[in-house]
Amino acid sequence: MGFFVCYSVNVAINHYYDETLALYLTRNTYFCISKVLVNKPMSQKVLLSSKEIHIILHRLACQLLENHLDFKNTVLIGIQPRGTFLAQRLGKILKEEYKVKDIDLGFLDITFYRDDFRRGEKTLEANKTKIDFLIEDKNLVLIDDVLYTGRSIRAALTAIESFGRPKEIELLTLIDRRFSRHLPIQPNYKGRQVDAINNEKVKVMWEENDGEDIIYLVNN
Amino acid sequence: MGELSVKHLLGIKYLHEKDIQLIFETADHFKEVINRSIKKVPSLRDITIANIFFENSTRTKLSFELAEKRLSADVLNFSAAQSSLKKGETLIDTVNNILSMKVDMVVMRHPNPGAGIFLSKHVSAVIINAGDGAHEHPTQALLDSYSIREKLGDVSGKNVVIVGDILHSRVALSNIFALKLQGANVKVCGPKTLIPKHIESLGVKVETNLEKALQWCDVANMLRVQNERMDISYFPTTREYTQQYGVNRGILDKLDKEIVIMHPGPINRGVEITSDVADSDQSIILNQVENGVAIRMAVIYLLASKIK
Repeated sequence: MGFFVCYSVNVAINHYYDETLALYLTRNTYFCISKVLVNKPMSQKVLLSSKEIHIILHRLACQLLENHLDFKNTVLIGIQPRGTFLAQRLGKILKEEYKVKDIDLGFLDITFYRDDFRRGEKTLEANKTKIDFLIEDKNLVLIDDVLYTGRSIRAALTAIESFGRPKEIELLTLIDRRFSRHLPIQPNYKGRQVDAINNEKVKVMWEENDGEDIIYLVNN
Repeated sequence: MGELSVKHLLGIKYLHEKDIQLIFETADHFKEVINRSIKKVPSLRDITIANIFFENSTRTKLSFELAEKRLSADVLNFSAAQSSLKKGETLIDTVNNILSMKVDMVVMRHPNPGAGIFLSKHVSAVIINAGDGAHEHPTQALLDSYSIREKLGDVSGKNVVIVGDILHSRVALSNIFALKLQGANVKVCGPKTLIPKHIESLGVKVETNLEKALQWCDVANMLRVQNERMDISYFPTTREYTQQYGVNRGILDKLDKEIVIMHPGPINRGVEITSDVADSDQSIILNQVENGVAIRMAVIYLLASKIK
């Protein structure tokens, strides 16, 4: 059916003199049709609602507090790009609701430390690194939204070496996709554990970036 | 954002505006990296780069080498002076011999215009032009624009004058292409003998009076007189050149604004620029050198990511 519609569009468009336009139209039409008719529609279910995220963030903040008390010797590092929202949110909760005075909060970009450089189709794009404090001898908490293969965390552990030698490094993730690790890396603090198969994707949305706090499990 | 539209960096002429923006944004990240205590990233640890210099260079060669090392690439250095070229080997043979040692990328400086373009058609490696005769010097133009952007916030709409030996300068040509691409207004200034005919067709204006040119501009890029490329005499004496086209404190004080002074190096102090101007706060000459490493890291990183 999809092919038939596409074919007739093709025939109709052959009357155009402008070949470039025709090509553009055909491609676009085919793309739209294939999305509706050929491919199965993408299904997604809500993994965590805004309310659940709210509760989990507070729990994670309390767990951090339990281990680090006044945060005098602790720094929080959000991994770019998506871990920064979580890090900022936790920082805000700790400051505003648990009255922690000063928290050193930084962002770490891991692009140049990834192990898949030149392996994909696209050029890896970098993000801003912002760590304007010393990490030497500090308790460092790496923060990312989803822990999947563990390769990003491996890259982050290498990247952080360029800034000094922390006393201890812990890992906090909102979603832990267990059974899918490629490396021996486990979180110290986790929001929710998920058993997702490999062609499923966890999509974390943040109010400040995507309009609402919600986490989906997307089936491709 | 995305990836570069070119496979080699042969000249600014072959780039689009979005390529320049991508290089600048990537260079921003590398600038942060080279200001860390450990200035090195492991991105290019499986890439080997040969620096082939058929012409003398200090800054460019060091800057490229440092950029490559900061990206963890393996580096081969080759200078024509100590090579078999003197024994009659051709350029393609020399480069192919180097490439058979599994080299992925070649950074080349050559006295002949178009040498990089020629090479890119005959060998499989990625070529970066580090200056080809009086043709182009793309990384210099990129770092110049990047330094203007850093100092003044933007290149678009700025008035830039390039002063000196335009005729023999690859820096001038690459700069004109880069600045025009980013929407700057460009004038060239120098003795008529050192300004190429028909240069207006590149969209630049010619001004032979230095004081007028400086009064017009936001940025003055001072070029060296390239005596080594001059087969005939283009002006009577160096002293006369300095009197007419040398920038000194006196001429800058006469202007009703503070302009930015740039120089691609090497400086001939007391000829095109006096020491007090070169070392003043108005000059961003050493910032240009620092930015050179970040820009070259960005260019190498972006081109290397397309090697499959």
